[in-house]
Amino acid sequence: MPVLEINNLSKTFGGLKAVNNFNLTLDEGEVVGLIGPNGAGKTTVFNLITGLYKPTGGTINFCGEDITGLQPFKISQRGIARTFQNIRLFKGITVLDNVRAVFHPRIKYNFLDALLRTPRYNVEEERVTLEAMELLGALNLAHRAYEKAANLAYGDQRRLEIARALATYPKLLLLDEPAAGMNPAEVKRMVELIRYIKQRFKLTVLLIEHQMGMVMNLCERIVVMDFGQIIATGTPLEIRNNPVVLEAYLGKGATVA
Amino acid sequence: MKLSRKTLILFAGAALFFALVKAMQFSGMITPYWQLVLDQALVIVIGALGLSIIYGFTGQFSLGHAAFYGLGAYTAGALDKVYGNGNMLFFFLSLLAGAAVAGLVALLIGLPILRLRSDYLGIATLGFGIIVRVGMENGNKLFPVLGGATGMSGTPQVANFDLIFILTLIVILLVRNFIFSTYGRACTSIREDEIAADVMGIDTTRYKVMAFVLGCALAGLAGGIYAHRYPFLHPASFDFLKSFDFLLIVVLGGLGSMTGTIVTAVGWVFLLEVLRVVLGQNFIDWRGVIYAVILIVSIIVRPQGIFSGREWRLLAPDHLKMATGKEQTHAGSGN
Ligand SMILES: Nc1ncnc2c1ncn2[C@@H]1O[C@H](COP(=O)(O)OP(=O)(O)OP(=O)(O)O)[C@@H](O)[C@H]1O
Ligand SMILES: [Mg+2]
Repeated sequence: MPVLEINNLSKTFGGLKAVNNFNLTLDEGEVVGLIGPNGAGKTTVFNLITGLYKPTGGTINFCGEDITGLQPFKISQRGIARTFQNIRLFKGITVLDNVRAVFHPRIKYNFLDALLRTPRYNVEEERVTLEAMELLGALNLAHRAYEKAANLAYGDQRRLEIARALATYPKLLLLDEPAAGMNPAEVKRMVELIRYIKQRFKLTVLLIEHQMGMVMNLCERIVVMDFGQIIATGTPLEIRNNPVVLEAYLGKGATVA
Repeated sequence: MKLSRKTLILFAGAALFFALVKAMQFSGMITPYWQLVLDQALVIVIGALGLSIIYGFTGQFSLGHAAFYGLGAYTAGALDKVYGNGNMLFFFLSLLAGAAVAGLVALLIGLPILRLRSDYLGIATLGFGIIVRVGMENGNKLFPVLGGATGMSGTPQVANFDLIFILTLIVILLVRNFIFSTYGRACTSIREDEIAADVMGIDTTRYKVMAFVLGCALAGLAGGIYAHRYPFLHPASFDFLKSFDFLLIVVLGGLGSMTGTIVTAVGWVFLLEVLRVVLGQNFIDWRGVIYAVILIVSIIVRPQGIFSGREWRLLAPDHLKMATGKEQTHAGSGN
């Protein structure tokens, strides 16, 4: 059974067809790239999958269940996590609490346990804290655990967003330009990091990225969008030599690396 | 249940403070007037912690906190006036009733409004404050015991410093336990970024409503205590300026800091009293202007508030001992 199955997905804003008849199937363990010029509709696809936007048409199935139109927090609890193109951390609280906050739906104590600090509260808080630290450790952020998230360097903030997404225990991870604004060395480390978490947390990954090298390097399959529609799909090699793709990019004054 | 070391130290500190006040009472250093001020300060601590949960920790802006404070005061005061006879059981039952009514009304207001992602709560609570004020001024037409525009008296004055102090201590501990739990973290994540919280699996409507109901119930509790310590309830004591009082305390103390709210609440009540003594009638006339000036100046001087989201170490949980460094780190992720 596919992890994600999107059929004829559409979203219009006023007269603008931001996403138009979009179809995509992701199998378990795949890493698929979603590319396209600025304004193509990539982030809108993520917003539709995660429930931030209600689709104008079409369906989204996740692990065989229809999740179209569900509220974002319910979709998250089913196992879809994401990062944001413009980082959206809980900036004013600690790195550790950024991760611990999203453990919430899986916490095994109730409101009274919390108010009275019962043994159940103590045990669970310790477990959650250790688990959060382990996640931070895996992303090399453990030493910043008690730092305010806002004080992290840009690259650390991007990694913290990934850590926070992983803390929801997703099956499917959506990454929206995780390497934006990074230098080549940092991009290389991000590629390794994505490979590592994919293995370790058994993820299926959908990746939006403008850095072609990164997409070509990571993805087995690439989907190219322009004006809300899919204009090409294929292996990195096929995409690199596809004239339609080249035209979409060159038409916008960009080049495919 | 095993109490943590910090909780025990807090208890010890509270006992010490209590003993000190008692000693000052017996030696006559605290006049009944200043005792009343101190008791009022503790009542305001309870109410302000309520708004701290709503606005400071969950980020939901409310302009009608005093209306819930008044709802609790009138509910508890009237119930005890009619049914109680200075009986302690009735005192506590009426406090519970005051908190429950305030919480219930908050639920009715919060459910439709907090579903929305925008800042309608401020407007709704502002309007609600006006409705409550009108209700208090005219309530006597339905229930003569409420006294109407001239105010209500006759509630048994059974609350004293000892009781108020213990209640305040309990509230501080419960609020601390709420804030430093997964529920508090859910609320804080909403304050920080509601959309991100939603996408990360937090039922934002539910926790906004929870915070609002809890916070308003605390205001109601504070009001109920107030009604048992101040023989005369007047609608003007629960008007917009009083809501502004609570807001000022929470903002000046620093959003997201219990410590800030507690310290500022006490400081604020005493400051107002000193101003009242020094300025006399002028103070009453210029109250609104003084508030505004204090707020503007302090926001310019220290926009993040006095405690800027920090907590006194005794209130906050311990940091984890950093033994987790041994966790295998992904080789490529270091900078
Ligand atoms: N909430 C919205 N309201 C109106 N228009 C929107 C909204 N969100 C996106 N759009 C429009 O939809 C189109 C697709 O935007 P989207 O953000 O999905 O592009 P993108 O492919 O992610 O681009 P980029 O590479 O620049 O991030 C754009 O024209 C954008 O202006
Ligand atoms: Mg985008």
